[in-house]
Amino acid sequence: MKISVIITLKKDVLDPQGKIIHQTLDGMGFEGINEVRQGKYFQIDAKEDDKKKAEAKVEEMCKKLLANLVIEDFKIIGTQ
Amino acid sequence: MNSSVITFPGSNCDRDMDVALKKFGFKNKMVWHNDIELPKSDLVVLPGGFSYGDYLRCGSMASKSKIMKSVINFAKSGGKVMGICNGFQILVETGLLPGVLLRNKYLEFICKNVFVKINNKDNSYFKNIKKDTLELHIAHNEGNYFCSNEQIKEINDNNQIALYYSDKDGKVSEDNNPNGSIKNIASVFNKEKNVLGMMPHPERMIDPALSGEDGSIFFKNLINNLK
Repeated sequence: MKISVIITLKKDVLDPQGKIIHQTLDGMGFEGINEVRQGKYFQIDAKEDDKKKAEAKVEEMCKKLLANLVIEDFKIIGTQ
Repeated sequence: MNSSVITFPGSNCDRDMDVALKKFGFKNKMVWHNDIELPKSDLVVLPGGFSYGDYLRCGSMASKSKIMKSVINFAKSGGKVMGICNGFQILVETGLLPGVLLRNKYLEFICKNVFVKINNKDNSYFKNIKKDTLELHIAHNEGNYFCSNEQIKEINDNNQIALYYSDKDGKVSEDNNPNGSIKNIASVFNKEKNVLGMMPHPERMIDPALSGEDGSIFFKNLINNLK
């Protein structure tokens, strides 16, 4: 199964890269942007046919390596 | 006194640390990250550099390498473990130290001398240092120390803040904060004070002809405290 997961910075963590991207978009003429937050996306192809088991495995991976829970949240956004 | 410096793929301050430790009397051994057992050590050092190319998050891959199981056990049994720069990032990723090191506030790689104020001398690393501030070198892209409000209260209450970025007289203010670190924190201990992580590089300040001597003060003092 292919499991997609996104990692985002927690709300109160400063995201300097997102800020610069925001400024650049402003400079390019994209109007009306309130905020830009940058994150990470992973697609994991796991040898597992059971959706629940596959997602549980990825959740454990996120907690142990893919995300640092001091500053980041993770969310499984798709399993197929 | 026996010390061990761990070399990860991408470490680049490991040999400088070896030179510094030997200069002040440590019998140092270099240990490869794929080794399983630590040699007999009074001090284990995780050096600066860019372990695993800083992939995913700085220090995250190195924190899971084979030797780190032994380093974590050594630290948990009271052994002295010191992480400099990338070594500090590795230690926070293991969970031995609180918090995390984010990208510098102004997105610049910073490479310069700074002053740090010693906040806690009641430990093996800074006990008996007469000066209150040291001039040390920093060189990092991710040195912006961050932790949650609850954690900052906890590390403050437990006296876990080792060094603050300051001016040469020890004044701590936003003007002397090079990277946006919360409360100007440059270095923290674990609760028991046997594990130390610091962004500044004392090993770069051990020769008056090249840099300065405040790193010498640190290492001379450290070996005496560990004896």
